[in-house]
Amino acid sequence: MEKILVGLKRVVDYNVRVRVRSDGSGVETDGVKMSINPFDEIALEEALRIKERGDAAEVIVVSIGNSDARQQLRTGLAMGADRAILVETDEETDPLSSARVLLEIVNREHPGLVLLGKQAIDNDNNQTGQMLAALWGRPQATFASELVLDGNLAKVTREIDVGLESIEVDLPAVVTTDLRLNEPRYVKLPDIMKAKKKPLEQIPLAELNIEASARISEIAFALPEQRQKGIMVDDVAGLVAALQDKGLL
Amino acid sequence: MTRILLVAEHDGTTINPSTAKCVTCASELPDAEIHVAVLAEDGASLASEVAGLTSVDKVIQVDNPANSYPVAAILAPQIVAIADGYSHVFGPSTTFGKDLMPRVAALLGVNQISDIMSVLGSHCFRRPIYAGNAIVTVEAPAGQPVVATVRTASYASAADGGSASIEAVSVDADLPGHTRFIELRSGKSDRPDLQTAAKVVSGGRALGSAENFDLIYKLADALGAGVGASRAAVDAGYVPNEMQVGQTGKIIAPKLYIAIGISGAIQHLTGIKDAGTIVAINKDGEAPIFEIADIGLVGDLFKIVPELEAAISS
Ligand SMILES: Cc1cc2nc3c(=O)[nH]c(=O)nc-3n(C[C@H](O)[C@H](O)[C@H](O)COP(=O)(O)OP(=O)(O)OC[C@H]3O[C@@H](n4cnc5c(N)ncnc54)[C@H](O)[C@@H]3O)c2cc1C
Repeated sequence: MEKILVGLKRVVDYNVRVRVRSDGSGVETDGVKMSINPFDEIALEEALRIKERGDAAEVIVVSIGNSDARQQLRTGLAMGADRAILVETDEETDPLSSARVLLEIVNREHPGLVLLGKQAIDNDNNQTGQMLAALWGRPQATFASELVLDGNLAKVTREIDVGLESIEVDLPAVVTTDLRLNEPRYVKLPDIMKAKKKPLEQIPLAELNIEASARISEIAFALPEQRQKGIMVDDVAGLVAALQDKGLL
Repeated sequence: MTRILLVAEHDGTTINPSTAKCVTCASELPDAEIHVAVLAEDGASLASEVAGLTSVDKVIQVDNPANSYPVAAILAPQIVAIADGYSHVFGPSTTFGKDLMPRVAALLGVNQISDIMSVLGSHCFRRPIYAGNAIVTVEAPAGQPVVATVRTASYASAADGGSASIEAVSVDADLPGHTRFIELRSGKSDRPDLQTAAKVVSGGRALGSAENFDLIYKLADALGAGVGASRAAVDAGYVPNEMQVGQTGKIIAPKLYIAIGISGAIQHLTGIKDAGTIVAINKDGEAPIFEIADIGLVGDLFKIVPELEAAISS
């Protein structure tokens, strides 16, 4: 195929223990380490492997966000993507709008495959890939742990609650990644230098004429109920006694 | 009036327990009239199973050979075709619902609320974000359908004892042929189902091999428990993917959870926040799992687990 489109979202790094602002107005993101959403990194790795096998000519990374997201796109370029597109907006887009933006990029680029992470680890929504597939009228293969291309088809293994499901989809299609699809490569220093020369196009969101969607408003943020540290026992006899105490044995 | 269309999950033979949990969530909406859609190849017995749940007002049975196996791209247009007149369309936050419901939402042109954990009003809900490290209160816009998935671990199952009517409808929708189911590989097990078991024993990376994981199975069998695992144990190939507990695995709420050789990464803890009692067995007294465990025991699992199993069996 000619092109693979990969979505990269800038999110709080997965190692950061996020804090809710004391006034409940949101989650603290100032001064917090930001990274590519881990599932998106897996999506990019898969696209690069497909290209390296000779099954695709170009890998395009796209992000929707403010200019800070250029950092994640540069990392994507350093990993091996050929060019990057930033759809620029200062406001966080809701999943339906993100899907509409991606559809607009799809209509411009005509990729044979769109690879996205199954969820972003900030909002944990798990929606955008499915929505893009619906709006595009194309197949979706979510939660992929294996992807095999075969001409105009993709065979995808999906991690679902009861086990592993195999499906076959016609291309073009949207595939969303699960953690076991691959292990993303590390970026090497010379690649970071080279990536600086790769094209990064910035498109203001307003230029795309995306249909406005009614947002789900976020009214208040709170900490989850915290579990308390319990008791320590010294040995198996102590554990059995404690379980019996609670009526669990 | 709140009219809720709830999409039932099933395997062709029986209704998944997630459906009865969604019914409980839906019944917490003010003045809720609950209709459950059963899309199957031949849904007669599935429909009567759902009709027996309390709080269900009507079951809508949509039979179609194309529904012999659930494929989101095939189910979504059928759900949209029957969604007319409903204020809400709900599904479970299982892999079935996560795959399907956003496709339905996009076809309806609305955003979705993922993982409802509590109901505050007909358009107001609470849901977890950041792997459960924050809880956000959200409000869906008025004047359009509310599409949502329900975090099943937050709800008890609706009881049996209902007697809803069943209406068979035929749906006129264009069903795509671009997505084809090939096969399902699923580890058949006689043990209690991980998602509904009252007791769960989980093993982590510390087990070291698939053979050693037998220790976990034996303890689980002595307790009559289901078996889970950390991502590290799944990645290492000790156990299949469907046993993973956590942010990207299963979210569970057993009465008793025993974590063995699991460090307690936030992504793992997300999956067990609603457990009744958490027991941790770990050789590292500083492991984060002890911060949230109700009962902790520091020591070598290879010594402790056989001892515990023997103590329980006797
Ligand atoms: C986006 C994302 C999503 C993720 N989703 C999940 C998820 O859904 N579920 C999940 O579990 N993880 C998930 N993870 C991974 C998570 O961050 C941890 O890496 C993982 O949970 C670690 O598994 P573990 O506790 O088995 O291994 P480790 O962290 O390596 O812990 C092993 C523990 O075993 C103890 N130990 C070693 N030997 C013994 C012994 N002989 N006796 C007793 N104790 C011993 C050690 O002290 C240690 O605490 C996710 C990560 C990311 C980035």
